[in-house]
Amino acid sequence: MTTLTAPVRVPVSISRRYLAAGTFILLGLIDIFVFGVFAHSGDARFALSLPGVSPHLPVIHVPGALTSYVLGAISIGLGILRAVVDLPRWGKRLTIAVVLLCFLLSLLAWADAGNSVGPLQVIDLLQGTLTASIPLVLGALAGLLGERSGVINIAIEGQLLTGAFVAAAVASVTGGVWLGLIGGSLAGGLVGALLAIFAIMFLVDQIIVGVVLNVIALGLTNYLYDRVMSPYANTFNAGNTFSTIKIPVLSNIPIIGPIFFDANIFLYITYALILVIQIGLFRTRWGLRVRAVGEHPVAADTVGIRVQWTRYRNVILGGMVAGIGGAYLTVGSVGFFTSDISSGFGYIALAAMIFGRWTPLGSVAAALLFGFSFQLQTELSILRVPVSSFILLMAPYVATIIAVAGLVGRVRPPAADGKPYVKA
Amino acid sequence: MTDQHEAEPSAEPAAATAATATADGTGAPGPGQARGRLTGSAIIHAVTEGNSVVITILAVFVALVIGAILIVASDPVVLRAWASFSYGPGTALSATWSSVSAAYVALFEGSIVSPATISAAFHGGSIAAIFYPLSLTAFEATPLILTGLSVAVAFRAGMFNIGAAGQWIGGALVATWLGYAVNLPIVLHAVVCIIGAFAGGAVIGGIVGVVKALTGAHEVILTIMLNYIMYNLLAFLLTSQNLMQAPKQTNAVAPGIASSAMLPHVGGPPPQVGVGFLVAVAAAAATAWLLSRSTLGFQFRTVGASPSAARSAGISVERVWILTFLIAGGLAGLSAATIVQGQTAPLTTTSYGTFGFDGITVALLGRARPWGVVLAGLLFGALDAGGTVMEASTGVPSDVVNVIEALIVLFVAAPPLIRLLFRLRATGGTGPQAVASKGWSG
Repeated sequence: MTTLTAPVRVPVSISRRYLAAGTFILLGLIDIFVFGVFAHSGDARFALSLPGVSPHLPVIHVPGALTSYVLGAISIGLGILRAVVDLPRWGKRLTIAVVLLCFLLSLLAWADAGNSVGPLQVIDLLQGTLTASIPLVLGALAGLLGERSGVINIAIEGQLLTGAFVAAAVASVTGGVWLGLIGGSLAGGLVGALLAIFAIMFLVDQIIVGVVLNVIALGLTNYLYDRVMSPYANTFNAGNTFSTIKIPVLSNIPIIGPIFFDANIFLYITYALILVIQIGLFRTRWGLRVRAVGEHPVAADTVGIRVQWTRYRNVILGGMVAGIGGAYLTVGSVGFFTSDISSGFGYIALAAMIFGRWTPLGSVAAALLFGFSFQLQTELSILRVPVSSFILLMAPYVATIIAVAGLVGRVRPPAADGKPYVKA
Repeated sequence: MTDQHEAEPSAEPAAATAATATADGTGAPGPGQARGRLTGSAIIHAVTEGNSVVITILAVFVALVIGAILIVASDPVVLRAWASFSYGPGTALSATWSSVSAAYVALFEGSIVSPATISAAFHGGSIAAIFYPLSLTAFEATPLILTGLSVAVAFRAGMFNIGAAGQWIGGALVATWLGYAVNLPIVLHAVVCIIGAFAGGAVIGGIVGVVKALTGAHEVILTIMLNYIMYNLLAFLLTSQNLMQAPKQTNAVAPGIASSAMLPHVGGPPPQVGVGFLVAVAAAAATAWLLSRSTLGFQFRTVGASPSAARSAGISVERVWILTFLIAGGLAGLSAATIVQGQTAPLTTTSYGTFGFDGITVALLGRARPWGVVLAGLLFGALDAGGTVMEASTGVPSDVVNVIEALIVLFVAAPPLIRLLFRLRATGGTGPQAVASKGWSG
């Protein structure tokens, strides 16, 4: 938050208070004058259970235009509130969440109002959001594991790609998807280890190593894919995947069950990793040491924390986490490896990590936002919304810029991020 | 890498970063180190201690060796020969050698010179054909140099421009539109398109600079997001019949630009050193002047070295951010102009290729120095041009070239590793580090 800005930071020319308020009001106006005014007449329908699955919940009907007007009015009201009253920190966060939710609901109401195709499948949308977010969440966690200890990890993309490649190959050769998952994780860890060796031992600029590892990962996987994997696809790219695991009791809860507890192992691993890393970083001795190394390595060294060892460990662990995210792309979803299967997810994960201010929960929230947008695009094309799909695909990125500029603003990385530690 | 500032010796890496960032124009030699004198002892000195030229040559060598291993390890003929190594060790070795040498000879002939064309010239063949591979190298290098300059300018001002791809598209859209929708006389038309491309890229870059300056948002997020926005904007415009899609087309393709807007080729075909290449070199010269001779460039470098110090010195950091991204975007836009106006193929949704991201590696290899970027761009251009020929003649996928390029960047950036590999004596420092390890804070 701006109140915590360190004195050396360059001050921002517009006060955050009015910027956030302005952003709220802008989003509210979009709710009203875009989604409200251009809504087709008729109700928007939201289906809360998947078709043909019990228990069957009623489809919710709301008037399209009116909903957007109301949601827009709420956003504008919150914007004015934000400008007039200096809210406490939780209040600010709550208003951001409410305004974003209003925006998304109003968008959905606009998309479905008067649509002949059918109700919007809310469960599908949210289920897809979670699974689409898996590589982004794991990538962002990988990034922040490294960066909290002071090593910039731009190589997330390379770690995802290598993980995906090795997971597909190992699962295909051995026939064991678990071995594929482990192999993918180790491969990601290997890329992390390379990053660590070059950044820590050879003091190479961390951005250089990261970019280079991404290029090498892309070149190498493309090369091996062309030369080995695709000619012998039966052996190396057979497309094995994990099957879905329903968590016994929890998956029967209406709405929540199918969204959160009816997926393959990767979603559960992701839950676990989010918890472990969030608690680990902020509630354990390990986390305190990692953060100390990332903020002030000299001080950490003085009290006997092994700076380089902490960094090696964290970067390699991060690589392994990203490797799991990569494995998801092959053995966790489509099964087959294809050229450049990570298609820039690593960079989006990087943005999510910065967006989430280098915190696990913040990064997860940002990653979910991206995942939601990807899935929304799919759902909207099913509803045949009369807008070019390219415009829809553009929307999440525009929204991110608005959010980053208006709501988040200047972020503060770990103080020693990117700076090699040379013992005096 | 014979850039004059490369040979800065320094006592410790941190000092090297600061020194190269501020003392660029002067390139002050360190104590007791004579520069620029090619005496015998100086050469021996350079080789044993590994100055930056030697390090670069060795880095290229190591990268090629690793590339060779990659080529061999995935060649079924070689692997079969090795499987029966005990029966015929000679066969295995010769198969290995022929596999690697065929690939690398093709790489060389495709990018520098092919002996066949020289002997053909003696027997009445075309002399111009001798220079054909070199012209291809220059052709491939042109867009890379310009996106490399774009990334390099931002690096010097302490920012990371991942958005050259999006800025490239901004430039390409404007150049294409001006190219087919406007009627102007020859020469003037091409110049207008080039200026338009610069402006188009500058607008996209400028968005990043302005938003960063006004709100403090991080340029890495902004540039990544703008890349995706521009990919989709390009696809949208090229698929909308009433916008920029070529008439009566179902594919996503723009109309071809008028011949008056095309950049001519010097010397005609086949050596196609286009005017685009000259634009790239001119841009490099202008950037070099801007960064090391102008007040604005001094401000860029000061902000790059320390924003808070720059602010204390009365430099408007926000203004520098905006101007940096305007110029960086404009350079990426110029890169688009050389492609859009330099070849006959119309703009499509894949025209942007990997120029934006390759620009990062080129800028890193060129150590964010304009002339270093030109040399790095030429090296990468040569590898790209040769890689295409290699793939066509030996079947080795040209992706291996990308790996080699990345390895070169990595090894050039890691002089201690090269010293370790070749048992060179350390000079105390880790060599010049032009791109400051500044992290995210800008």
